[in-house]
Formats: sequence, C-alpha cells, structure tokens
Amino acid sequence: MNPILKSLLILFLVIFIPLNLAAGLIWLERRLLALWQDRYGPNRVGPFGVLQVLADMIKIFFKEDWIPPFADKAVFVIAPAIIMITVLMSFTVVPWAPGATVANMNIGLLFFLAMSSLGVYSIVLAGWASDSKYSLLGGLRASAQMLSYEVFMGLSLMGTVLLTGSFRLNNIVDAQRHMWFVIPQFLGFVLFLIAGVAETRRLPFDLPEAESELVAGFHSEYSGMKFGMFFVGEYLGVILISAMITVLFFGGWRGPWLPPIVWFALKTLCFICFFILLRAALPRPRFDQLMSWGWKVMLPLALINLLVTGAVALAART
Amino acid sequence: MDALFYIASAVAIIATFLMLTRMNVVHALLFLIVSLLAVAVVFYTLGAPFVAALEIIIYAGAIMVLFIFVVMMLNLGKRAAAQEREWQRPSLWVGPSALAAVLVAEVVYLLTHADTRMSGAVALGPRQVSQSLFGPYLIGAELASMLLLGGLVGAFHLGRRIREKR
Repeated sequence: MNPILKSLLILFLVIFIPLNLAAGLIWLERRLLALWQDRYGPNRVGPFGVLQVLADMIKIFFKEDWIPPFADKAVFVIAPAIIMITVLMSFTVVPWAPGATVANMNIGLLFFLAMSSLGVYSIVLAGWASDSKYSLLGGLRASAQMLSYEVFMGLSLMGTVLLTGSFRLNNIVDAQRHMWFVIPQFLGFVLFLIAGVAETRRLPFDLPEAESELVAGFHSEYSGMKFGMFFVGEYLGVILISAMITVLFFGGWRGPWLPPIVWFALKTLCFICFFILLRAALPRPRFDQLMSWGWKVMLPLALINLLVTGAVALAART
Repeated sequence: MDALFYIASAVAIIATFLMLTRMNVVHALLFLIVSLLAVAVVFYTLGAPFVAALEIIIYAGAIMVLFIFVVMMLNLGKRAAAQEREWQRPSLWVGPSALAAVLVAEVVYLLTHADTRMSGAVALGPRQVSQSLFGPYLIGAELASMLLLGGLVGAFHLGRRIREKR
C-alpha cells in the first residue's frame, strides 16, 4: 500500500476507534456495574441496550450550551478541550500492533508522561474559570492529587526502561519477547496501576468530583457538550492507561495464535473491566489520607523499586 | 524542519509578549505555558528530543501547575487586575525595554558578524544526555540534587505541625 495512505489510515483509526470506544464504555460501565450490584442497567434501547449511548449523545448535543455570566469565558471554553487534546495526543505513541504506531519516537514513554502531566490543566482551569466554590475546591484537589501521583507514576515506569534500555515503546514491547515485565516488575506494575487510576480521576480517586460533597466538583458549572468532553475525556483516559499497562507490563501485542491487534484489544479490555470493577468495589478515601498515602507509601516504594532494579540490572551486566 | 523552527520561535515570542502585557495573572500564566511548549518544539527541531520532553514534563507540567495552584488559592479578582493596571504604567516599560534592546542588539551583531551555526547537526537522544550528565558533569548533577534536598528539608520544616505542649 501507498505509505502516505497507510499512515493516513492509521491516523484516522487511532482517532476514530478510541473516541467511539470511549462512548461505548459508558454503556459497558453501566451494564457491568449493574451486574455486580445485582440490577439490570440500561437494557431497553436496541439489543442489550447498546443504543442507549446514542440516545444519550443525541440528548447531550441538544442541551443548552450555557456559560455562566460570572465565569472567565475564554478559559472556561478552553478547559474541556485540553483534556481531549492531551489524551488523544498520548494515543499517538501507543504501539497497537507491529508497525501500527502514529509516531515511533525515541522518547515515546516520556511523551506519554508529558501529555499526562499537561492534562492536569484541564481540571484545574475548569475549576478556576467556573468561579464557584465547589468547582474551585475540586480544582484545588485535582492539582494537588494529580501532581503528587504523577511523581511516582514516572518513577514506577523507570524499572521497565532500565530493563529495556530505551524509552521507545516498540523496544519495550520487543524486550518482553521471553517474559512479560509484570513478573520482574510486579511492584512497578502495582504502583503504575494506582497512579493511573489517580491520573484518570476514577473511583476511588475521584475526589476532584466527589458528588456527595462537591456537587460535581470541577465540572459543576458545565453543561451540554462541554460537560460531555470531560466525560468522554475521562473514558479516553481509562482506555489510554489500560493500553499503556498492556504495552509496558503485559507484552503489548505479543501472544500466540491470534493476530497481534486482537491480543492487544483483549488485554486492554481486561484492564478496562478492572477499572470498572474498582469503581464498583471501593469506597472513596479522605483527602488527607490520599495525599499521605501518595507521598509516604507510594513514593518510597517507587524509589526502592528503582534502586533494586538498577542494582540487579547492573549485577546482571557485569 | 526549518519552517517548524521559525513557526515555533514566533509562537514563543508572541506568547511571551502577551504574557507580559496581561492584567489577569492566570491568563499571563497560560501564555507562559504556551511559550514553554513552543520552546520545547524549538528544542525538538534542534535535535534535542530528551530536553524537549523534560521541558514539558518539568516546566509546563509541574512548576507552572504549582504557580496556578498558588494563584487559585489567593483568589485574585477584578481588584487585583485593576491594581496591576495601576502598576503597569508606560513609564515603567522604559528600563526593561532598554535592557532588552541591548540584548537584541547583541544577538543581531552575533548573527550578522560571527560565524554562527544554525540547528545542531546531530540529534541527541536520552542516552547521550544521561552519559554526559552522569559522566563529566556528575558534580553539577550532585550539587543540584543537594540544593533540592536543602529545599525539601526547609519545606518540611516550615510545613511540619507544631505539637501543642502539654
């Protein structure tokens, strides 16, 4: 095939598939939550209620797109776009299958970390621009939470980088030819999983939203499709973190018999379901518990993991 | 690549200028973030992808978030903007503009007279940067880490909760 056409096709699919999956996840989450809580969930519109999402989408597009008169208009409008841009940019470095990456950069992993660190702005600015107490509280919580969990998110990944000797995600997948990194880097995997949940602000780390105390947190004042962007952005984040866990710790597209892309999709789907199960199973901690857990437990563990991995890698080489 | 370099540089300069002239602190910070991102693109086009990534992760992603965090806590409103307007009188611009003009003149002189080389010939990946950082420049890295440790201890001292005396 023509190489330009091929890269255009990959580009299109990388934007098209995650966006539609994110919308589909809303249905999946509601059905799975219902299953675990012994109810039915949405099952009326279309087969198994799949078209519920479509109905909700049509509804949300026809809602009034209201900007509160007291809000900072420009920042209020930019904020929901930032989360979509940063998450979609991160998808460019994910190796979906051999040869199917938008940008095969030698700093791929750092690019992912950079984009996830820019995602904080969306939440913080939304909270600030809304100019309401609850939004501001949500924004403050978000900036503190995401900043502290980002620190050991990066550190927890350095173990895999040490074992591979490269930031390029394709090399990391290749290095797992014989053994998935989840075995030598189990601690790193657990730390990254927790940091990933905190970065996507999913339960039990959804303190910036916290419906029971802050109305809806940082997006209290948002309506219509602007709210929808936050919502879809959150699900895109879940897909991104699941895909990154697959790439970094579970061998990416590697697997016997089935074609690579199918393996990738299956592994990613497992982690997406795990994210949803977390929401069904765990309560929300207090904010000070969250912060001290992050700095006093997770950060030292990430540092120890890095030190031990470095020592073992050095001993194995000499 | 050259066109990319000039576009990114233009964005950086315009964003920095807008940052200086904003009255609202958060808007100023947002333009500064845009400027930092543009500088990261400049680094990338000059063949330093690792530095570009660090620029985004550390400056745009961590330090500026802290700035915005503090500004949010202060809750500056319209009054602060009015005060800012009061302070930014045209006469205030004379001194900094003169100093900046000297710098611009120097750059113009360098570009027109000395033999300057544009864009680096080789791309430096993470490996080369780390090797020189932990090789010949090890002392610099260690001194910086000591400085950070000092800051950390100081912050812990200030933030520690004083126990009531019984």
